[in-house]
Amino acid sequence: MSARPLLLGCVALAGCGGARNQSALAPEGPVAGEVASLWWFALAVATAVYLATVGALAWAAWRARRRAARGEATDPARDHRRMTVAVSVGGALTVVILLGFFVRDLAAARALRIPVTRDHVKIRVTGHQWWWSIEYPHPDPSQRVTDANELHVPTGIPVLVEVTSHDVIHSLWAPNLAGKKDLIPRYVDTLWFQVDRPGVYGAQCAEFCGHQHAKMALPVVAHAPRDYAGWLARARRPAAEPSDSMARRGREIFLSGPCALCHAITGTPAGSRVGPELTHLASRRTLAAGTLPNGKGNLAAWILDPQRIKPGTAMPATALPPADLEALLAYLGGLQ
Amino acid sequence: MSSRCGSARGSVLLAAAVLLAGCDREQRRFSEAPPSASPSEIVRVSALQPGPAIIASSSSNRYDGNAYAISQGQRLYTWFNCAGCHANGGGGMGPPLMDTTWIYGSAPAQIYRSIVEGRPNGMPSWGGRIPNEQVWMLVAYVRSMAGLTPADARSSRPDHMMALPGSQILVEPQR
Amino acid sequence: MTTETSAPVAEAIGSDDDAALAELERVWRPRPGLRGWLTTTDHKAIARRYVVTAFVWFALAGLNAVVMRLQLAQPERGLVGPDRYNQLFTVHGSAMMFLFAVPVMQAMAIYLVPLLVGARNISYPRLNAFGYWMFLIGGVLLFASFYLNMGPDTGWFAYVPLSGPQYTPGKRADVWAQMVTFTEIAGLVAAVELLATIFKTRAPGMSLDRMPLYVWSILVTSLMILFALPAVAIASTLMLAMDRLVATHFFNPAEGGDPLLWQHLFWFFGHPEVYIMFIPGLGFVSSIVETFARRRVFGYPVMVASLVLTGFVAFGLWVHHMFATPIPQLGRGFFTAASVLIAIPTGVQIFCWIATIWSGRPRFATAMLFAIGFIVVFTIGGITGVMQASVAFDLQVHDTFFVVAHFHYVILGGVLFPLFGAVYLWFPKFTGRLLDERLGRWHVALFFIGTNLAFFPMHLLGLQGMPRRIYTYRPELGWGDLNLLATVGAAIIGVSVLLFVVNVLRSRRHGALAGDDPWQGSTLEWAATSPPATYNFRDTPVCRSVTPLWSGDGEPAEALPVVTGLATHRRQILVTTVLDAVPDNRHNHPADTSAPFWMAATLGVTFIGAIFTPWAYVIGFALAGIAFAIWAWPRGDHPEDAVLPRRGES
Repeated sequence: MSARPLLLGCVALAGCGGARNQSALAPEGPVAGEVASLWWFALAVATAVYLATVGALAWAAWRARRRAARGEATDPARDHRRMTVAVSVGGALTVVILLGFFVRDLAAARALRIPVTRDHVKIRVTGHQWWWSIEYPHPDPSQRVTDANELHVPTGIPVLVEVTSHDVIHSLWAPNLAGKKDLIPRYVDTLWFQVDRPGVYGAQCAEFCGHQHAKMALPVVAHAPRDYAGWLARARRPAAEPSDSMARRGREIFLSGPCALCHAITGTPAGSRVGPELTHLASRRTLAAGTLPNGKGNLAAWILDPQRIKPGTAMPATALPPADLEALLAYLGGLQ
Repeated sequence: MSSRCGSARGSVLLAAAVLLAGCDREQRRFSEAPPSASPSEIVRVSALQPGPAIIASSSSNRYDGNAYAISQGQRLYTWFNCAGCHANGGGGMGPPLMDTTWIYGSAPAQIYRSIVEGRPNGMPSWGGRIPNEQVWMLVAYVRSMAGLTPADARSSRPDHMMALPGSQILVEPQR
Repeated sequence: MTTETSAPVAEAIGSDDDAALAELERVWRPRPGLRGWLTTTDHKAIARRYVVTAFVWFALAGLNAVVMRLQLAQPERGLVGPDRYNQLFTVHGSAMMFLFAVPVMQAMAIYLVPLLVGARNISYPRLNAFGYWMFLIGGVLLFASFYLNMGPDTGWFAYVPLSGPQYTPGKRADVWAQMVTFTEIAGLVAAVELLATIFKTRAPGMSLDRMPLYVWSILVTSLMILFALPAVAIASTLMLAMDRLVATHFFNPAEGGDPLLWQHLFWFFGHPEVYIMFIPGLGFVSSIVETFARRRVFGYPVMVASLVLTGFVAFGLWVHHMFATPIPQLGRGFFTAASVLIAIPTGVQIFCWIATIWSGRPRFATAMLFAIGFIVVFTIGGITGVMQASVAFDLQVHDTFFVVAHFHYVILGGVLFPLFGAVYLWFPKFTGRLLDERLGRWHVALFFIGTNLAFFPMHLLGLQGMPRRIYTYRPELGWGDLNLLATVGAAIIGVSVLLFVVNVLRSRRHGALAGDDPWQGSTLEWAATSPPATYNFRDTPVCRSVTPLWSGDGEPAEALPVVTGLATHRRQILVTTVLDAVPDNRHNHPADTSAPFWMAATLGVTFIGAIFTPWAYVIGFALAGIAFAIWAWPRGDHPEDAVLPRRGES
């Protein structure tokens, strides 16, 4: 499908608000692009049909008023013939237009079939209330990566995301990249997309899943293939060793306090899968599934009172004396 | 017309008063101090006392009738692997939790102490590990397994395997 | 038994034989005071309170919407927290769908259908009263729970596992499940009564091809209700409630249950539900356009076929709510085709109405303006609906504000606009007074503007990534401006509804007197007085055409033929054959009784108790059995004998 109407549409809507990195009208890959062009086609046809219908209504009303005002004589038989023809033509046109739309949709569906034969990347996403766990599978178990709350993909090749849920029904939706897929417990489904250029795209949970459905976002980070290999290599490494005594004390606090009961950091004894994995926490752009930008202050606020930021979340408030908090932040800040 | 409205209004108020009694069950308390951060009075786990018995003040767990807290307790029970020793209430390495035998007492403060301090023969001490409000949620859930919490605050089953018969009892256990 | 005579239209009732008339009045009169209120089986009295109650739920649910819109007007607003917001939108959706949209359409039908077919009362009059009480209990249950922090909070569709026992603790989802029980029972009984009335008690001569289009729409709707409502009743009352109460595993994936089963059962009901709301609206538009264009609606057979086809095809669409779930690709294609197909009959209907206006002599009274507003607003919603039939497109806009925009356009356009128009059309019949036209024009103008301002921006919001059911959003997403616009629109809608309420309240007392037939209508209800006598028609009218009160188009007929011979000393209605409405026999209706009220009360105890304990079923059904025995107890040779001599009378 030609890119020109796409471009024109995007330009036209650019001024109408919305963030470009989380919009179905700013496609960044072939899947979303196919849907966007289908949308513009449908919009054009719909507008024409609508204007025709409302126009016919307005004309009919105006003409009838004029006829009554002028006291013109009516010819019921002729009127009946004309109306029969008009309604029949209208009905036939409706059928033709709808058929045309259906055929166009079939073409789009064909273009959007999962390209399993081509080279592709497989990633597994599991939805939880209210965070995402991401697994990058590999035949060799030591090369597998478990991550959370940020999805890293390469550009230029198809990405097949196998989605499932741990608890209730969620839905993964990255509007720039593809339509959504529901994450249903005990079902595994596949969402596929391909990203054209590197960048960070917004995704969000799109199926009501409880109190914090609104704050379950997932940044999708697309790397050029070479950069992606580098990222994957870094992700496979265990957690960075603490650089100074304060960070070492922070690690002690992490392991001996409530943190290790729910969070895993590879390379340490902490291995719980209840909450998000924290091995490379400091390299993430956001905290708490896209709720806060990552940073020392936000992390401190989140640790001390997550219920204020995301009421209902499973993470409890952790009261730490200031020195311990500083140490913990120093350690977590080093987990690149 | 007005007499009809009057009598209707009266019955609505009565019904409201009755229903308000169940209000606490539905509260979702996200950021509130748990019932008592550290029970200060002495919690006895033995019925044996020298001399005249000192009546212990019973501190009830405000979470007992709170459906949200019991449900969170159920999830925490799974997450912290209590089932590893207690199964889903039936016991294994650890004693069953859904029967009427309580080695160290079934009062909320006693169960709290058992979880926080640990107990001989294998019950770990979770104090400093599990935050306080989560311990109280676990206390509420454990009590619900034995049928000690109001029936309407307990949910019937979790959404994983092996339904907990202890949390949906049609007939209360003999005490 | 039947003798056909002619009487001038205006004097078709209330003339000549004064003694017989007085007896008729006495026989049909309800008992005085509170007793009368509890025992009446007059379809008009029940329908009036049914409509008013439904509008009360509408207003309360509308308040929820106002609070939601205030919360969403700006990013990260702290007006309400997530827990309260979840209850707000769930109660808004549940109340609008279960407690307003379908019940108000049924209530209007309960009032109008007997009049339109020339009957003295609706069939199964005691069941009618029972249906209202069940509806009332369901509504009180929902809103009382909501105001007590026990309101359901998992969406009007209550997907499992979220609404299951683990993820929704407490009794909120049980309240939802039992509210559905009450409203489904009320809906089913109303459908049964309307079907019996339409099939068996039409005026002589009103063969099926002379039935008013509105009556056809109610016929189709009632049949749809019979097939659609049991699905959700089974899913909610039986399966979900049992999962939550007694630990069954219908929806527990770990033990062999299936969350998708809930979705199939719910949407098998849920999709026909929206057509159940919408098809009576189509009927209203036909009545309005016919009356105010002063011309019979063009293409009667095509209009009827469209209604029937829409009703049928509506049952083949439900999976389009589930395109994002793991269902086979081929299956999706079938539902795309059906969802596209269903636009055709409605489109043809719109063309026929336009043709009717074109060839008529239209008067643009407020009711007609609402009918025109329907075409303008609903068509947008219909078009976005067809767009979402495409799986690829739907996967982008499913569960976003685009869908919210779509269904509000079709509901406000296809249900509310016709409903308001119908009220302006028939208010003179209900009350004998006309609604104020000036206030009416303000109402329609503000409602039109408010609808478009509130919901058009939501199309864009959905495409820009805003999902549904979120209580807040981050400022950097850029959704704030359009949300603010939508909130302003919602406020305008609120003002217009307020104007409507003011108009109704004022016109009831001070409106211009309407007379029996202020619009020179074409159908039989305009031959009754305004408001109609309890017995509707003194003598049953005879129907000679689709527009029995007209001789040609818009020209009132000289005389309306009637049949005489129905008894006046007991409540008797005329039963006719199904196809050609040939008089068949006379049927006696039962006396007023409070048994339906007690039946509803005992079932209320049963189902509300079942929220808390399964023993409520045992005790409650026993009580209900007693109430039913009182209801159905045979009373001598003539169990439906309406009149025993009153004390003091001979």
